[in-house]
Amino acid sequence: MAGVAVSTTINGDTVEFLCQADETLLDVLRDRLGLTGAKEGCGTGDCGACSVILDDRLVCSCLVLGAETEGRRVETIEGMAHGDRLHPLQQKFLEHAALQCGICTPGFLIAAKDLLAKNPDPTEEEIRFGLAGNLCRCTGYDKIVRAVQDAAIVMKGA
Amino acid sequence: MRYIRPLSMEDAVGQLAGSSGTSAILAGGSDLLVRMKGGFIEPDLIVDIKAIDGLSEIRETGDGFSIGAAVPCAVLGESAALKKAWPGVVEAAKLIGSKQVQGRCTITGNLCNASPAADSVPALVAAGARAVVVGPAGRRTIPVQSVPTGPGKTSLAKGEIIEAILLDKRAPRSGDAYLRFIPRTEMDIAVVSAGVNLTLDEHGVVKSARVALGAVAATVLLVEEAAQVLIGSRLDEATLERLAKVCAGACRPIDDKRGTIEFRRKVAGVLAKRAATTAYARAGGK
Amino acid sequence: MNFDPRFSGRKFTSVGTRPIRPDGIDKVTGRARYGADFNMAGQLVGRILRSPHAHARIVKIDTSKAEKLAGVKAVITAADLPDLTDGDAAMYDVLDNCMARTKALYDGHAVAAVAAVDARTARQALKLIEVEYELLPHVTDVDEAAKHTAPLINDTIFTEGLEEKPVKPSNVTKRSQFGHGDVHQGFGHADFIVERSFKTEQTHQGYIEPHACVANFSSDGTADLWVCTQGHFVYRQHCAQLLGMEASKLRVTSSEIGGGFGGKTHVWAEPVALALSRKAGRPVKLVMTRDEVFRASGPTSATSIDVKIGARKDGTITAAEATLRYSCGPYAGSWAEIGAMTAFACYKLDNVKTVGYEVLVNRPKTAAYRAPSAPMAAFAVESAVDELAKKIGMDPVDFRIRNAAQEGTRSSYGPVYGPIGIGPTLEAVKSHPHMKAPLGKNQGRGMACGFWFNFGGQTCTDLNIGMDGSVSLAVGTVDVGGSRASLSLVAAEELGIDYAQVKAIVADTSSLGYNDMTDGSRGTFSSSMATISAARNAIKILRERAAQMWDIAVDDVVWEKGHAIAKGEKHGNLGKLSLKEIAVESGKTGGPIAGHSELVADGAGVSFATHICDIEVDPETGATRVLRYTVVQDAGKAVHPTYVEGQYQGGAAQGIGWALNEEYIYGKDGRLQNPGFLDYRIPVCSDLPMIDTQILEIPNPNHPYGVRGVGETSIVPPLAAIANAVSNAAGVRMTHIPMSPPRILAAIEAVREWSK
Repeated sequence: MAGVAVSTTINGDTVEFLCQADETLLDVLRDRLGLTGAKEGCGTGDCGACSVILDDRLVCSCLVLGAETEGRRVETIEGMAHGDRLHPLQQKFLEHAALQCGICTPGFLIAAKDLLAKNPDPTEEEIRFGLAGNLCRCTGYDKIVRAVQDAAIVMKGA
Repeated sequence: MRYIRPLSMEDAVGQLAGSSGTSAILAGGSDLLVRMKGGFIEPDLIVDIKAIDGLSEIRETGDGFSIGAAVPCAVLGESAALKKAWPGVVEAAKLIGSKQVQGRCTITGNLCNASPAADSVPALVAAGARAVVVGPAGRRTIPVQSVPTGPGKTSLAKGEIIEAILLDKRAPRSGDAYLRFIPRTEMDIAVVSAGVNLTLDEHGVVKSARVALGAVAATVLLVEEAAQVLIGSRLDEATLERLAKVCAGACRPIDDKRGTIEFRRKVAGVLAKRAATTAYARAGGK
Repeated sequence: MNFDPRFSGRKFTSVGTRPIRPDGIDKVTGRARYGADFNMAGQLVGRILRSPHAHARIVKIDTSKAEKLAGVKAVITAADLPDLTDGDAAMYDVLDNCMARTKALYDGHAVAAVAAVDARTARQALKLIEVEYELLPHVTDVDEAAKHTAPLINDTIFTEGLEEKPVKPSNVTKRSQFGHGDVHQGFGHADFIVERSFKTEQTHQGYIEPHACVANFSSDGTADLWVCTQGHFVYRQHCAQLLGMEASKLRVTSSEIGGGFGGKTHVWAEPVALALSRKAGRPVKLVMTRDEVFRASGPTSATSIDVKIGARKDGTITAAEATLRYSCGPYAGSWAEIGAMTAFACYKLDNVKTVGYEVLVNRPKTAAYRAPSAPMAAFAVESAVDELAKKIGMDPVDFRIRNAAQEGTRSSYGPVYGPIGIGPTLEAVKSHPHMKAPLGKNQGRGMACGFWFNFGGQTCTDLNIGMDGSVSLAVGTVDVGGSRASLSLVAAEELGIDYAQVKAIVADTSSLGYNDMTDGSRGTFSSSMATISAARNAIKILRERAAQMWDIAVDDVVWEKGHAIAKGEKHGNLGKLSLKEIAVESGKTGGPIAGHSELVADGAGVSFATHICDIEVDPETGATRVLRYTVVQDAGKAVHPTYVEGQYQGGAAQGIGWALNEEYIYGKDGRLQNPGFLDYRIPVCSDLPMIDTQILEIPNPNHPYGVRGVGETSIVPPLAAIANAVSNAAGVRMTHIPMSPPRILAAIEAVREWSK
């Protein structure tokens, strides 16, 4: 099977790769590019652990083909901090202990970033529905919601 | 397996028509990739239609709206004009999957996936939406309810692609609504659903109506008898009770992992009542 | 070395604070490496072929076509994992579960496996393996399976624990009984009796990270295994035994773990990955799909429970009895036994009897799930307790307070309690504002209690002091939810240094002595005990070094607030030496400074919780909404209170999911209908309210800081608390979990029909 040559932008860097036609963006990120921050919890778009932002849209990278990213922009968890400066969401997740096992955390952070970009002042209900595509089995979501609320305050002040 | 991204409908249709083996159309991919992951389909050819000119646009025309086949449902929610005219269709589209899926999934894909539980389909059927089909034999426009013919099956021929979904321009005093029942608040497939579309006369009496039910038969049901119950009424309590009864009676549900026959019958009626009430209010009825 | 584990009241400096966890940055930046995030040069992709049948004899497996496919490097069946268990029945079951030998016992049972150069080739190879099955009748329901007429899953099993030895084999593997007094007499004294039967469906732990490992078997007979597990030492033992290796030849490194909750306490695919690697001569990475996780890894038991409780008019329980049937999957277990032990553990009872039956079914092998077996028993008992209180006309909290176990009570499962928290959690609930908050239409409030034993077990810890005065702490209990932070706090506390000076890691199996798994809420309890012990041993050396530096007798040196202090007037001018000052000189005073600890952490304090919740029910659809939820639980001592709260909230959320929507649904064909997160419905963010917590601290007398396990108890009360709330909201007693909308609506409709 012939590979598809793809040139795309990931976290601001131009990246070129060869992938199979049926290979998902998640597999490309993890297996070809060594970006293992996006996790595969289900592979069917039901858990959100593989969330990335594709041209300003939040998507499950398990439901995107690698070939589709030609000429587009992908943002992953690896691009969220600036050098050693954490994004306010990352900082607040730490402060609020919004993670226990942490496997869902990259997906939640990406989804929360997208949520706050579109709605900088969300209500608790908007946060809860906005993050409903991300499963967490450890926290009961309480501390995640609080971390996002707190980060929203910090980001509005910035 | 090949992946192609044609730039024109002609090319896409030609590639599909000329392909041997299994082919698949890729727009949002939220159904296709899941089926590929599960090993239910291994297409030899994947035709990504997102680069085709115009397919990613919502156009407002003199006749109404034309929603391109590759428009993600999230974009439907961002169109103020569409939301104003067809709030029921938009709320149905916005119920498909998570925020992540919303950025990808399309109402055309939802229709062509041909699930009896598809969220946008009862709303589209109630709205009287039509699909523009382009194929080797040319272009035709058909009612959306004639696209799915059974679970996972459509009436589309080899090489045919739905280019757009058409929604009529709204008559005054019209409203539509869609409701589904799911056990959680999000992320579930509809156990049962109802779409209602109404137009009132100057006195607030229902002039025309369409009622569609989802997940209660092999395809979405357009319940003509339910529409007749509503027409001529102001949605008083007795009318709503009759509507519920007619809808429950129209169902041909099954017992499965998501619900029982009894539950689906009962709740189909409840949802029809509630959706009708919302649609009526949206149409300006009091 | 003598270690005194007794509780000593002290003022804490570090313990009880809420610092950021040491593994936090890696986890928010995507750098933390979980099971599937590890790769080795030249690794192959492993995949497992699974039975689509619930029960079938394996007549023949032909792997020849798969072996010939280009890119396939190894194909294995049970023949490649020969039985080396030497009469160890439990290990034989583990082996048979890893790779079916003569029969496939459930939908998803592994029958063969391949290692290939890539995933596509591996997938294709699986399709080329031809398995000839002879279908056998199956049974998946716990009550059906217990009947004499049920298809037999294992005809060599005869029920244990019966007075007369049975003559016929049975799917009921064991009967166990607990209690004291005379329940018959007790019921005779009762003015009111409630007797009901309950059912709970099977649930899955639902960790977001599928099982994953990389196995590298070398031709010299040694091997490495990188794996997500709750117990890498236990995995080493099991894998070594099943592959015929010496344990020391297998080094197991635990990755970061993406959730376990009991489900990653025993091996599934790891021996298969090692066998594939051994055969292929290359590293093999094996990652389960979500479908495989549901079909073939550890769900909890489905249960069927009968409860009878009697009480006098004054609210005193006179007798309590329960019969509990728990499914085990196709292999013998002790799940009903645990249920029978925990069922009435919250209460002070003169007459109590519980009987448990372990039942084989054609479902995956049952694994532990957070306080395994306790939530179902609590659901049945606490539902009946609520109903009994109502019958008597007493407030359900007061009724429970009146009958709550206390220090000195003989528990329903035998031991006499020390200081315990059931009474205090009930008192806290009674005065909690939640209990007084108004309720609207179709809303109901419920509360319930829960108990869990907590475990201790074998633990080994190393504490090494660097020459710069920083401390590295190597523990052997896998960190499932922040224990590295807690253990760093404990090390800092005991040494008297700053939290930031300590770096905790989870060491691999070749770097540390044996540790039991992180299960039974033992991680922080037992490893903190070992850490305190190791720190005390290090302090002893620090004092010796200080004495040497000062040239005085070691007995004249005490350790206070991170410093060696020379005590006594004669040393008045010596000042004090910090840990760092001593460490800097260590090369000249005798070499590296370290403290080690190997111990069995006895005396894990039992734990109790009481939960309150408010539920709204839509009477037309049976839909439920959780409006408010409060957890009150005894922690002994909360080492890192934020993560203790997290355990309370997480357990409550899992319990809510179990109570309302989660269940394994099998078709008539014995196949699992919902092996995915779409239809196995764990709570999403919008399903839940904030979960309020109240931490009580009733010190465990058997731990220096008073710590008790906190991880599991929180999942015990929710099923009952929610059932009581739904029953109050809908006006109908719910006896079948999950209380999914169809079940609730059917119950409401039945009452409507009845009252017509």
